[in-house]
Amino acid sequence: MKTKIPYFVTALFGLMMLSALREPKPAGPMNDVGFGRIPVLREGRLQPLDSVAMNALIQIRGTRKVPLDGQDAKGSWGDLNQLAQNGGVQLTERKWYQFSKRPRKLNASQWLMEVMMHPEIADQRYIFAINHPELLDELGLMEAGLERSGLRYFTFLEMRPHYPAIMGHARSAFDREEALRSPFEKAVLKTYQALNIYLELKNTMAPEDAHDMVAELDTYLASIGPGIEAWRLQNQGQEHDENQLNLFSSYMDRFQLLSGARTLMIPPERQAGASDDWSTIGTNLITAIQTRTIKPAIQSFASMQSAFHHGRADQFNQSLDQYLNSLQAGYQTEVKRTGIEYRYNRYSPFYRSSVLYLFAFLLACMSWFRDSDGMRRTAVMLIALAALIHTVGLITRMLIEGRPPVTNLYSSAVFVGWGAVLLGLVIERVYKDGIGSAIASLVGLLSLIIAHNLSLTGDTMGVLRAVLDTNFWLATHVVIITLGYASTFVSGFLGIIYVMRGFLPGSLPESTAKSLAKMVYGVVCFSTLFSFVGTVLGGIWADQSWGRFWGWDPKENGALLIVIWNALILHARWGGMIRERGLMNLAIFGNIVTAFSWFGVNMLGVGLHSYGFMSAAFKWLMIFNFTQIKLIAIGMIASHHWQANRWAVWTVCLLNAMQGLWILTQAQWEVAQWATLALMLALEATLFFYLVGRKLSPSKMRQVTA
Amino acid sequence: MKQLWHLITSLKLTVVCLSFSMLIVFVGTLAQVEQGLYLVQDRYFKSLFVFWGPEGSDWQIPIMPGGYLVGILLMINLIAAFMAKFKWTRKKIGICISHLGIILLLLGQLATDLLSRESAMEIKEGATSSHSSDFRINELVIIDQGNPAKDKVYALAESLVQSKQGAIINNPSLPFQLKIEAFWPNVSLTGTLEDSQGQLKADHADYQRVEATTGFSNVYLKPMPPQTSMDSRDTRAAIIEVMDGGTSVGKWFVATILDPQTWTYQGREYSIGMRAKRYYEDFSMTLLKATHENYTGTNEPRNFASRVQLRNRQTGEDREVLIYMNHPLRYQGLTFYQYQMTAGEMVQRQGLDPSSTFQVVKNPTWVSPYLACVMVGLGLTIQFMIHLVGFLRKRRPNTTALEPSSAST
Repeated sequence: MKTKIPYFVTALFGLMMLSALREPKPAGPMNDVGFGRIPVLREGRLQPLDSVAMNALIQIRGTRKVPLDGQDAKGSWGDLNQLAQNGGVQLTERKWYQFSKRPRKLNASQWLMEVMMHPEIADQRYIFAINHPELLDELGLMEAGLERSGLRYFTFLEMRPHYPAIMGHARSAFDREEALRSPFEKAVLKTYQALNIYLELKNTMAPEDAHDMVAELDTYLASIGPGIEAWRLQNQGQEHDENQLNLFSSYMDRFQLLSGARTLMIPPERQAGASDDWSTIGTNLITAIQTRTIKPAIQSFASMQSAFHHGRADQFNQSLDQYLNSLQAGYQTEVKRTGIEYRYNRYSPFYRSSVLYLFAFLLACMSWFRDSDGMRRTAVMLIALAALIHTVGLITRMLIEGRPPVTNLYSSAVFVGWGAVLLGLVIERVYKDGIGSAIASLVGLLSLIIAHNLSLTGDTMGVLRAVLDTNFWLATHVVIITLGYASTFVSGFLGIIYVMRGFLPGSLPESTAKSLAKMVYGVVCFSTLFSFVGTVLGGIWADQSWGRFWGWDPKENGALLIVIWNALILHARWGGMIRERGLMNLAIFGNIVTAFSWFGVNMLGVGLHSYGFMSAAFKWLMIFNFTQIKLIAIGMIASHHWQANRWAVWTVCLLNAMQGLWILTQAQWEVAQWATLALMLALEATLFFYLVGRKLSPSKMRQVTA
Repeated sequence: MKQLWHLITSLKLTVVCLSFSMLIVFVGTLAQVEQGLYLVQDRYFKSLFVFWGPEGSDWQIPIMPGGYLVGILLMINLIAAFMAKFKWTRKKIGICISHLGIILLLLGQLATDLLSRESAMEIKEGATSSHSSDFRINELVIIDQGNPAKDKVYALAESLVQSKQGAIINNPSLPFQLKIEAFWPNVSLTGTLEDSQGQLKADHADYQRVEATTGFSNVYLKPMPPQTSMDSRDTRAAIIEVMDGGTSVGKWFVATILDPQTWTYQGREYSIGMRAKRYYEDFSMTLLKATHENYTGTNEPRNFASRVQLRNRQTGEDREVLIYMNHPLRYQGLTFYQYQMTAGEMVQRQGLDPSSTFQVVKNPTWVSPYLACVMVGLGLTIQFMIHLVGFLRKRRPNTTALEPSSAST
């Protein structure tokens, strides 16, 4: 019976994952699913409106949904806008402990429907995230908006009065070189950009003050003839109908604004195939001067707008269906592809697999201490399930983009995770001791978290600049070097497991230590091969496109560092300069080397250039390096010292917990903060030196190793 | 002696060299932020030692080995180990192949450093060119325009101009001599020190007037430190006095951003100027069309492509070639890459002539990394496969033996 538990648990999770694959249903009376699937061209890429909505929302708000409910200072719960109308202050979203509250939320497509077709409502949604205290202070928004765990969100109505001020600041920030901009200026630019995205989206489908687009188009069409006639007469200096001319030119102004939209919603007339020649609604309306007709696509959108604006769900859904059906004629492949992307957005495969990785990692770690094969096998199966979803996600992205898996930093993080998971599973299959699965789930989880944070900058499937537009090199150089990163991280995390298990009492039996050493050695061999071939292929690509094989460019140097480091580990091992523990410590240092070449070199223009400033990512990179160096320091002391001096283990744990808290809680780093940290580090170092200097008596030694 | 040989062939030396190479690459990467790529390449990677001295002082001391030193040591170590230790047995064949690949790669890169040449060829749409200009090296040129069919160009390398300051240079084919009065590796130039209101410009106080008697004489210059940015080049400048025997014909101020200046001497027209070193080829290229495409609705470039007509009078070739991103043209030992482009809608709207610039690379050893990659990749794969198979074979009986015990826990 006991052996069946792993299958049972996995089947349960599998069913959960499968059930989420059902065809999504509209969230309200207005069919947001259909709307989200409409194919459009934005930023050079054919995508569903849902992706436009999601990427815009992520850039403006940093989240994928917009909450509708919350509470005020008095604790009354309800619709945020009603609370605000009733004079509620200090609005907050659901607190993390309020499990009973289930706030209603708009998904990205629903939000975009409001923005495009009923902006008066969208203007009252809390979407503009501003977190820089100085900027909040300057704009006088300290008390306004909606709060959630220290982050503040504001409505467009709250932001509108400040638009000129923000624009002024943004102009001066824009003149400054990117690397030299202060955090304040960056915050200003981000806010300015968010406001512009919002304004642009509001004026994409219809002018933002339009109430009934169908009626407007009728009067526009009727005004063209008389308007042109009046204009002609005016030009000839003859008497003309001033009203007709004004009406006509007011339409011209309105539609001119629409034609600046970056979302090209109207497909070209000819049959499907090329994604060129898509155009904005505004441009099409202006060309209607010549044709005197309005394209059916625009009529459909106008009908959707009118219906949505007046809350007529039936009419809206009908016009939407009509439009989607009309696309079936010439745009079947496009509709199919954007449909896949819509499903991909809604399913969020990487989020789902990271949840599974988290469970699996906890199970794998527990299996070491409980020595439970059931737990270990459950962990393995869950990882396999997560890896399956991870793989499906990767393949879907490849299908949508028509590209190899890695095209930018975001997808490299997803792929590093994927490679590490597979490698970990192979190790688990060979050794069956819960170590491979712990590595697989941990590196998988961490890299997906990194990927999530990288995705906050916008579209993760954006088009590629000319020089990168080559599937051959993306498929060879980029994929191989990313696998090199993944395997170097795997060997580094294996080293961490070795060090931590040697540090914690009684958790590193000699057999485990031996097999860990073999794993690390094998994985380092693998990384040497992949990072070398990947780096040289990169050189060959550079030779093909820039005319030099090697140019000592930072990214090239970063890759070279990984190659040299792996080669160094192997040669040091062959030469007997390091043994088991040395191998582990060098492997952990490989994490620092890889993190530098993956992210550090990208920050060279940012992090090291300007004083007193650290970008968020640079801070995390430094914290990561700091933890790796501490692990190496722990690894420098032989396991039997830790085993013989349990008090030292507890002291180190305590000191590190204090340091961690200190680093994470201190916002401003002045002399006092650094001095306190240095003091704690000095204490720890003293302890380390004491331990190294201590000799164990032979009897104690025997006791410990037994 | 035996000890030295032991050291040279030892893995310890390998590890030490690898550690130093990591240090050099790391420090050299960080240094690029302040010093720019070219300077760092010369100081850290293409040098025997990295020198350091306090800012503003004359003396410098070596603080760490440079790329060449470590590279040479690694080569010696590797070749010596090959001679002493490597065995061409079936078990070690992968190691041997991959290390041979490394030797090839390192030697190939050294050869590239020594033998390769990079220059740029800019052509306007419809125009023809048969020369390219060096990216960094300049030269002083005297152009004899006496023969209307073909100019005769006398060039003097800038290194000579720099080292021969104050000296008189005599070329028997020229009817005059050149005296190099002054040379500056990089300057900032201005035509006037006053702004429109007649006030002395604040930041122009340290400019000095150029002492030239002919041609550009109303020029002020300020010596500048070398450029660190990748895309800007130094402005070299010099004052050249043209002498006829002992008497001065005139003093010319030349600089790389100024056009050559022409004068008549003994009935013939001559020009003098400073410009990027030119390389002339036996063939010519005519730019038929430069295309700069963006993704629809964005400013993101999708492709740069140049259609050129390649003509070679010696071989009689006359064909059309398309050069675009990731697709260079390889011809007569040269490779032409799409490098820069002034074309597309924006350019048309501004009324500029479309033009295209190719990077022209001459690198006789360009094949070496391709071969090296295959050798190292193959060697490592073979070696690790041998390891893996051996490891799995050893393991198999173990796992079956362990199975019952793990099931019982």
